[in-house]
Amino acid sequence: MIEMKNVSKWYGSFQVLKNCSTRVKKGEVVVVCGPSGSGKSTLIKTVNALEPFQQGEITVEGISVGAPGTDLPKLRSRIGMVFQNFELFPHMKVVDNINLAQIKVLNRSSDEAHAKSMALLKRVGLEAHAQKHPGQLSGGQQQRVAIARGLAMDPIAMLFDEPTSALDPEMINEVLDVMTELAREGMTMMVVTHEMGFASRVAHRVIFMDQGEIVEDANKGDFFGKPRAERAQQFLSKILHH
Amino acid sequence: MDFSFLNQPAFSGGGVYLDWVISGVKWTLLVSVLGWIIAFSMGSVLGVLRTSPVWWLRAPATVYVEIFRNIPLLVQMFIWYFVVPEIVPKFMGDWLKTKMPMPEFWNAVLCLGFYTASRVAEQVRSGIQSIPRGQTNAALAMGLTLPQAYRHVLLPMAYRIIIPPMTTEFLTIFKNSSVALTIGVLELTAQARQISEYTFRTFEIFIIATIIYALITLTVTFSMRWLEHRARVPGYIGGASGK
Amino acid sequence: MFSDFDFEVIVSALPFLWEGMMFSLGLTLLAMLGGIFLGTLLALMRLSPFKILSYPAGAYVNLIRSIPLILVIFWFYFLIPIAVKNISGNPYAAGIGPFYSALIAFTMFEAAYYCEIIRAGIQSVPRGQVHAAYALGLNYRQATTLVILPQAFRNMIPILLTTSIILFQDTSLVYVVGLTDFMGAASKIARRDGRLVELYLFAALIYFIICFTASYFVKRLQARYNVGRN
Repeated sequence: MIEMKNVSKWYGSFQVLKNCSTRVKKGEVVVVCGPSGSGKSTLIKTVNALEPFQQGEITVEGISVGAPGTDLPKLRSRIGMVFQNFELFPHMKVVDNINLAQIKVLNRSSDEAHAKSMALLKRVGLEAHAQKHPGQLSGGQQQRVAIARGLAMDPIAMLFDEPTSALDPEMINEVLDVMTELAREGMTMMVVTHEMGFASRVAHRVIFMDQGEIVEDANKGDFFGKPRAERAQQFLSKILHH
Repeated sequence: MDFSFLNQPAFSGGGVYLDWVISGVKWTLLVSVLGWIIAFSMGSVLGVLRTSPVWWLRAPATVYVEIFRNIPLLVQMFIWYFVVPEIVPKFMGDWLKTKMPMPEFWNAVLCLGFYTASRVAEQVRSGIQSIPRGQTNAALAMGLTLPQAYRHVLLPMAYRIIIPPMTTEFLTIFKNSSVALTIGVLELTAQARQISEYTFRTFEIFIIATIIYALITLTVTFSMRWLEHRARVPGYIGGASGK
Repeated sequence: MFSDFDFEVIVSALPFLWEGMMFSLGLTLLAMLGGIFLGTLLALMRLSPFKILSYPAGAYVNLIRSIPLILVIFWFYFLIPIAVKNISGNPYAAGIGPFYSALIAFTMFEAAYYCEIIRAGIQSVPRGQVHAAYALGLNYRQATTLVILPQAFRNMIPILLTTSIILFQDTSLVYVVGLTDFMGAASKIARRDGRLVELYLFAALIYFIICFTASYFVKRLQARYNVGRN
């Protein structure tokens, strides 16, 4: 469904992505991990063209992301994305945050959008907060709203960019639970995270990145059993024995 | 102090000197408000353009801002009034010089509007740039186009953030409206000076003008504080969202 | 249109315009120094815990900031001769001359604006610095002059300079009392020779070059500051 071939990206003369290739099949959950500055957030943002890249090719269901004529809004509307800092729109009520793109991008009627939003809020356990503003919710609640906002577009895949790293520890699980359930239902997901527990329970595959390179791209069992690359071993032992 | 001169018949115009004061206030407000309408709309467009990722949209807006804010208002006032009619095509110049109704007034409005637009543009730009990049990303990731992201996400927040500096800009155009007296608009400061010349009650009439300016400033300041409170976003504490 | 644009007029007016420019720059520089000095005093008064200091300073600053500069100039041109007569006790005393009258008006006006910048600058110095200064045994004057103001001014220099560029533009308003600053000089020649287009456009160009260049250097200074702070 998502295919990356030899993707490279530079900021000036600094190369942030080096020949990255991978593919994500329908229904697959892929966790991307690696030390900070390894390019994992940049990699995931190239999938919906929030980060442009200079070399290589990315296709989503056969549509090329980097090609000049691609209708980016349309492509992006089919891929949900969840950000580290939630990025809910502070001036809109929770429910309006979820309505916005349904109405403006998918041209749903406001009744239809509203019904969908309320159903999704119920699903993430926040229907009581529909009329509040994001600033009145806790971080964990905001991130659950952000997931509902992504799901409202009926996406074919969801991207998660460190969805729990801005959260207080006691709120991490409420967000991971929603994501786990989503994975069980067969959603295609690419998740940048340091939560190795989540990876070992939910992921099908794990990608390990370092210095802009995909160092390891393995099935979950292989990755946690015996990662081949030394850098991945070091990273794992640091994260797991903490 | 003796304020009885206000009730004396004025040197010209048939009324009393109080009528001159009232007329001065009227022109001050008219010039300021009409100038502000131009400044706000043009400044908003220019401010948005200055944040555009497209260089040929950004460049003209930058040139505009640099030109209009680096030339003193008085010089701009004279250019609108004395120079523009001479350098536009002849038929327009003739119209400006002979047929245009109230040329002093309209030149002052345009001049103040165009000048203040450059300052408003900078406020709008900095308001938009103070919104974290992630908000734009989130809007684009949902499939909104860039114009839609401005319309629904960036501008509603930016305008809320810049209410206090925009209040200052409005008060600046209001005070700057007195520069219109240099091309003959009889606004409040001009009337105050004129009355002082006819009545020699300089102290009294300057006090009156000062109080009127201060009262209007106070009214605007408090109304904008009320507006700021009304427009406040629940739970939002300025600056970046998230952590 | 521009076909009869006469450069000769400008060239022959240059010595007179130069004198006007010296007047403008001198007025700007002195009003800036006076304004910053007075503005610092006003800011310290406004921040003082004693109401007898903070209230009058606050009233002065808010009043001046709510009225137009032209009205302030008229006010001082009216008040200064009266003050001179009262102070000297001589009802026939000559004034203090147009330059000094303008200087006093601009200093008093700009002080109110500088005050608010300096007050914000002082408040931006963390409370911990004040506490640390007092904990070392410094008194108010020492803590203020040795610890607080140096840090506050360092943060404020770009915005103080930006304000001073606007002050330079504002000095053109001495036109309303007939003084011969740069704009006054341009205007007098323009009317004498009937060459308004040439002289006003030339004045605009010169103001633009000076203000644009000055803003550019302030921007570079600011960029250097930001790097230094990170």
